[in-house]
Amino acid sequence: MDQTLKAEQARVEIHLSARAASPGSLAAGRPSGETRSQGREGWRDVLAKAACEVFEIMVGTSLGKVTEDGPHIVADFTAMVGIAGSLCGVLSLRTSSEAARRMAAGMLGIEEAGVGENVQDALGEVCNMIAGSFKSRIPGIADTCALSVPTVISGKDYTLYSLASGEHYEVIFSFEGKPLSVTLDLHG
Amino acid sequence: MKPVRVLIVDDSSVMRKIVGRSLRQAGLEMQEVLEASNGSEALTVAREHPLDLILTDINMPMMDGLEFVRQLRRIEAAKDIPVIMVTTEAGEAHVVQALSSGASGYIRKPFTPDQIKERVIPLLRG
Repeated sequence: MDQTLKAEQARVEIHLSARAASPGSLAAGRPSGETRSQGREGWRDVLAKAACEVFEIMVGTSLGKVTEDGPHIVADFTAMVGIAGSLCGVLSLRTSSEAARRMAAGMLGIEEAGVGENVQDALGEVCNMIAGSFKSRIPGIADTCALSVPTVISGKDYTLYSLASGEHYEVIFSFEGKPLSVTLDLHG
Repeated sequence: MKPVRVLIVDDSSVMRKIVGRSLRQAGLEMQEVLEASNGSEALTVAREHPLDLILTDINMPMMDGLEFVRQLRRIEAAKDIPVIMVTTEAGEAHVVQALSSGASGYIRKPFTPDQIKERVIPLLRG
């Protein structure tokens, strides 16, 4: 994943593009026109199922699905994983610092007060697992695209310019009463 | 089953802790738990410590899990240590690639302690 960070006083602009990640040989190939345009009606639900699976197994909490569009989220943390190969784009997870701390505590099986620097790490891993689970649920892409290592941004004041200017899928969840967004942006 | 010496390799310290906890929940008695954050560090640990089991991620900086296992199998003292890949990459080609590189088994993240138990215990008995 390429990242260009432009610091403008306290504001950061982040430009992302996904390229082939290891194992490189498995990330080769482009989707056919048919693959690109058809059969994606259920992908939002697939994204939701992938997120629910990860939270139930790794965090020990069920996610509540909010609404089709959900509330606007001002996130303290944004985790991102690049997808490259037959499917190119970025999967991101955005939530508040409180939800992120609870998530890390759930994963580690400890009290929130003890999570410390593990918050970003936990958020990145959850995002990574959601991306992997999503990929494994879509026939034909598990072996033809690869995931980048996760990137986690702390702070609210940034603008994300994804070069993935194609399809956009977002699911807003309620995690222990706090909003949490899972988004998949694909290259056009 | 005798207490085992385990090496857990993952660039995420959270995942290393979760894997260690899952091993304990699976009923494994551990004599020693060593950790490494990439394949290169793991090779150093494997050269310096006798091990009964290794669980490793695939996508890591410096040296990934596939290259780590390939190089591990060239170390005489480590060539027979059971190595399980624990990774988000679950496609058939990824599994084949992991097994061809020398891994003994494969677990997809997210995983339950039961899944760890199913994959790990037979390798230690075998």
